[in-house]
Amino acid sequence: MDNILNQIGIENYIFLSVILFCIGVFGVLYRRNAIVVFMSIEIMLNAINLLFAAFSTYHQDAQGQVFVFFSMAVAAAEVAIGLAILVSIFRNMGTIDVGNLKNLKG
Amino acid sequence: MIQIPDIANATPIQILFCVLSVITLATAFLTIYSKKPMHNAIYLVICFTSISGHYLLLNAQFLALVNLIVYIGAIMILMLFTIMLMNLNKENEVHKPRITRLGAIVVFCLMCLVLIAMFMNSKPIADGSYDVTGEDYQSIQVLGKLLLNEYMVPFEFASVLLLVAMIGAVLLSKKEKTEK
Repeated sequence: MDNILNQIGIENYIFLSVILFCIGVFGVLYRRNAIVVFMSIEIMLNAINLLFAAFSTYHQDAQGQVFVFFSMAVAAAEVAIGLAILVSIFRNMGTIDVGNLKNLKG
Repeated sequence: MIQIPDIANATPIQILFCVLSVITLATAFLTIYSKKPMHNAIYLVICFTSISGHYLLLNAQFLALVNLIVYIGAIMILMLFTIMLMNLNKENEVHKPRITRLGAIVVFCLMCLVLIAMFMNSKPIADGSYDVTGEDYQSIQVLGKLLLNEYMVPFEFASVLLLVAMIGAVLLSKKEKTEK
């Protein structure tokens, strides 16, 4: 079977992932809404997962895909806990603006 | 170095990759830029779907399916329900001060520039061809055998992690009814 990377090239996948990751970083810095910050973190995770899959095809090795599988499991756990924390913050403070969370003087 | 593909001779796969990439990047940007949380979630769903398309293009069927099920089926539904629970769908978000937003844009541009320049000058792949071993390495059957033989222990630990996360989420979002 023909390797897909012969037609596209690993560089293009690297550039796509880099730009996607930078968009995620931009979102974390730019927005105040905590849910959008969460979404940006998901975008960053997905950029890395895509790069893992591309390099798994590049090396013709399944281990990269296994790593993506585990990182997806961890991301699911992280989102469940994070959203639960957000809900309880919203209950206590009435807002999820990250600029207002100053109780720890951070 | 980056080679500019000529549009006239592009194969269907290259065109597909370009279209998918444009959809991915545009919806990822709209996810951050759009003001309403519900629209953000919808754009993020489109972004994840196009990333599933990328996985299919790489012939990684297992990852494409898992991405669809976990991210779009589970995580995004969780986020949508949270948004609806909090009733945030109104445009009253106060912007960060202008200096912070400017800083975010500068960081974005610099990071893109540095990372892309770094990867453009990294070691180029020899004559642009990739080896093909011809053996099946990413079908669901092979991945399942790999997960349950070689990665048995991490696999079980992942299940424990998910269980702990579930218990933690229930405990965190439970209302305390004593006191007050």
